[in-house]
Amino acid sequence: MKEEIIIAGFGGQGVLSMGKILAYAGLMGGLEVTWMPSYGPEQRGGTANVTVILSDSPISSPVLNSYDTAVILNQQSLDKFQSKVKPGGTLIYDPYSIHHAPSRTDIKVVPVNAMEATFELGSSKTYNMVLLGALIKQRPHVTVDAVMAGLKKALPERHHHLLPVNKQAILKGMEL
Amino acid sequence: MKGNEAIAHAAVRYGVDGYFGYPITPQSEILETLEELMPWETTGMVVLQAESEVAAINMVYGGASTGKACMTSSSSPGISLKQEGISYIAAGELPALIVNCMRGGPGLGTIQPSQSDYFQATKGGGHGDYHMIVLAPASVQEMADFVGLGFDLAFKYRNPVMMLADGIVGQMMEKVVLPPFRPRLTDEEIAQRSPWAVTGRPEGRGPNVLTTLELDPRLMEKHNIHLQEKYDLIKAEEVRYEEFMTEDCEYLVVAFGCVARICMKAVEEARAQGLKVGLLRPITLWPFPSAEICRLGKQVKGMLVAELNAGQMIEDVLLSLDERIPVHHFGRFGGIVMDPDEIFVALKEKFTL
Amino acid sequence: MTSPKDIRRPENIVAAKPRLLNDNTMHYCPGCSHGVVHKLVAEVIEEMGAEHIAIGVAPVGCAVMAYNYLDIDWIEAAHGRAPAIATAVKRLNPSKLVFTYQGDGDLAAIGTAETIHAANRGENIAIIFINNGIYGMTGGQMAPTTLEGMVTATTPYGRRVELNGYPLNISDLATRLDGTCYVTRQSVHTAASVRKAKKAIRKAFENSMNGLGTSIVEIMSTCVSGWKMTPEKANEWMEKNMFEKYPLGDLKDVSK
Repeated sequence: MKEEIIIAGFGGQGVLSMGKILAYAGLMGGLEVTWMPSYGPEQRGGTANVTVILSDSPISSPVLNSYDTAVILNQQSLDKFQSKVKPGGTLIYDPYSIHHAPSRTDIKVVPVNAMEATFELGSSKTYNMVLLGALIKQRPHVTVDAVMAGLKKALPERHHHLLPVNKQAILKGMEL
Repeated sequence: MKGNEAIAHAAVRYGVDGYFGYPITPQSEILETLEELMPWETTGMVVLQAESEVAAINMVYGGASTGKACMTSSSSPGISLKQEGISYIAAGELPALIVNCMRGGPGLGTIQPSQSDYFQATKGGGHGDYHMIVLAPASVQEMADFVGLGFDLAFKYRNPVMMLADGIVGQMMEKVVLPPFRPRLTDEEIAQRSPWAVTGRPEGRGPNVLTTLELDPRLMEKHNIHLQEKYDLIKAEEVRYEEFMTEDCEYLVVAFGCVARICMKAVEEARAQGLKVGLLRPITLWPFPSAEICRLGKQVKGMLVAELNAGQMIEDVLLSLDERIPVHHFGRFGGIVMDPDEIFVALKEKFTL
Repeated sequence: MTSPKDIRRPENIVAAKPRLLNDNTMHYCPGCSHGVVHKLVAEVIEEMGAEHIAIGVAPVGCAVMAYNYLDIDWIEAAHGRAPAIATAVKRLNPSKLVFTYQGDGDLAAIGTAETIHAANRGENIAIIFINNGIYGMTGGQMAPTTLEGMVTATTPYGRRVELNGYPLNISDLATRLDGTCYVTRQSVHTAASVRKAKKAIRKAFENSMNGLGTSIVEIMSTCVSGWKMTPEKANEWMEKNMFEKYPLGDLKDVSK
C-alpha cells in the first residue's frame, strides 16, 4: 500500500497541521510516512501545501508530480493540483471557497461542505479536522483512533482539552 | 519529526557540549528546538544564540580548542560568513560539526531548497588547502544519525565535518529512531581523548597552544604535508555511498541528498518500463566515491548527474571516470525542486531511450 | 674574583621576571608597551595561583604571538574574534580563568561586534585592551582610535574626521552595557602607572572568577615604530595628546 496525498489551501487554514496529524496517525498505525511542506512566507497567509505519503514500505521521493488523493481548500490550489491527481484518484474539496468546480471526470470528485459543518459545530478552528475526517472516510488508511493519537501528539498539552471537539469534527467530516 | 528537529535531539543525546548558532531559514528549528529542550538543565550542554554567524563559528573554534564537542548550523549565506572560521578550524585540526541546510543562491537568494554549495563544501570554501569531511543526509533518520557519525569522524581525524543538508531534509517530517542518550565526557576523559586541548596547563605538562600561525614557511609546508597525508588517509578509509539497482544497470543516475530520493522514484519508474537504470548516492561528498563511479563507468552506457545546481558534483563524476562515456547533467536551481517525472524525462531524452 | 654564579643567589634577588614569562626573546620593538603588560599579566596569574586554570586568547596584531612568551595555555584567534572564542571557552569551562588580549584594531574595528556582544552578554571574561592608536603589526596604518590629525601610513596628511570619522572611544561605550562590571583605562609609561595597571588587571581577573560579568582593562600604550618616535618622546606625546581623548581612570566599577 502506498498513498500519495497533497493538501493545499491558504496559509492559516490548517493545511500543514492537518498533514502533520495525518502523518502522525500513519506513524501510530505502523506505516512509513513523509511530510513535506511548502515553507516560507506562504505559511503566513499565501498558499500553503503539504505532501504526505503513507506507505507500508520505505518511501523514496518525498517530492511528487502526481498524487493519489488531493485535499483542496481554495481555488488557486484547485487550479494548480487538479491536473496532478492520478487517473482513478480522489479529489476532495470544499465548495465554500471554490468558484469553478473540478472538471475532471476520470477521478472521484468529492465535495465536502466543511466550512458549513464548522458553523454547525460552532468552532471554525476545527475546519481542517472536518476535512481530515472526510479524507480518512474516502481513503481509510488510518483509523480515527490513530488520528486521535496523532492529534494528541501534535497538540501541546495545554490544548488537550480541545481533543473532544476535534474528535467531534473528525466524526462530522466522516459523515459528510 | 522534522529533519532540523532530529539534529537538535540527536545532538543532545550524543552528548554534544556546545551549540552556537544564528537564526536563518530554513534551519532555525535546530536552535529553536535546542532552546526548547533546555539541555543545560539535563546534560549540561551549552546552547547560545550568537550575534552573527561569524561569532558562532568562532565560538565553535574556541569550544573545540578546549576539546569539547561543539557544533553550529546555518544555511548558505550564513555558511559563507563562517568560511573564515572553518578555515581556522581545519588549520588548527579541530573536531567540529557544521550543518549547512542549503538554500538557493547566489546572494541572499531564496529560502527554498538547493544544492548549490557543493563546490564550497567539498573543495574547501575558505582560504588555504584544506578539506572537510562532507556528509550528505537524504532522510530525517540520517539527519539524526549523521550528528553522531559526524562527531565520531571529527574526533577520529581531528577535522571539521560538514553535514550538507538542504531545505527539504531540514523541513520534511519522517519516522526517525533517535540514538540513545549517552553522557557528555568528563574533563578527565576529554584530557585523555584530546591531550592537545587547551584546558589550562596542569602540573607537569607544558603549555598547550592552539594557533594556526606559522611564519616559517618550511614549518608551514610541513604542516600542509601533514594535512594532506591525513586527507589521503580519510580518502582511503571513509568513503560512503549507497547503490540502488546497479547490479545490471545500463544507465546510472548519480545524485546526493534529497535529490537521490527523488531519483530513486524515477529509477523505479524506469524499471517499471523495462529500462535498466540504477542509482548511486554518494553519502560522503568528500571523500568522493570515485572508485565506485569508475567501476560503474566500465559497466554502463551513460550517466546522468542530477543536482539542484547548475552542475557541480558532475565535475567529480567526470574526474572519476576512465571510460569516455556520455555524462549528462540535469539540474534545477534557484530553489526549484525537480520532481521524479522530470528526471525520468531527462533520462529518456538525453540518452534517446 | 666573584663569579656571576655567586651573584645570582636567591638572597641577592631584588627584582625578577615572573616564572610564567619564559626566556624567549620578545619580538616587540624596544620601548613598546606590550612587554610590560605581558609581564603584568604573568605576575597577576602567578600571584593568583591561577596558572593551571588560565586560558588566554591572543589577537591578530602585534600580540599575535603572546603565546610565545607566557607559559600558559593559549588559543590564537582570528582577527577580532577573541571575545567570541573566549565566550565559548568560559561557558564550556566555567572554572577556568579566561581572558583576551587585544589591540585597538582587533577589538575596536574588525571585532567591534564580538566585543560589544560579549560584553553585553556579561560573559565572565577579562579583556585586556592595548590602545596605541595605530595598527602596529601591518606597518602603522590608521586605527579606529587614531587621533584627529594624527599621521599614519593611511592618513599621511593626518586623520581628517570628514574623511575617516572620529576616534572611537570604545571603553566609554562599554560602560553603557549592562553586562560590564568593570571598565578602566590605565597606562604603563611610569612606575606608578605600571603598579596601578597591575591592580586593574588583578581586579578584572578576580571579577571574572567571581562571575561579576565582563571586565575591560584598556591600557594606553605607545607604538614607537608606528609613531616614529623614541620611547621617551612617545611617552611624552602620549601624555600630551592621547590622554586628552582617552583620560585615565576607572570608567565603571560596579563593586564601588
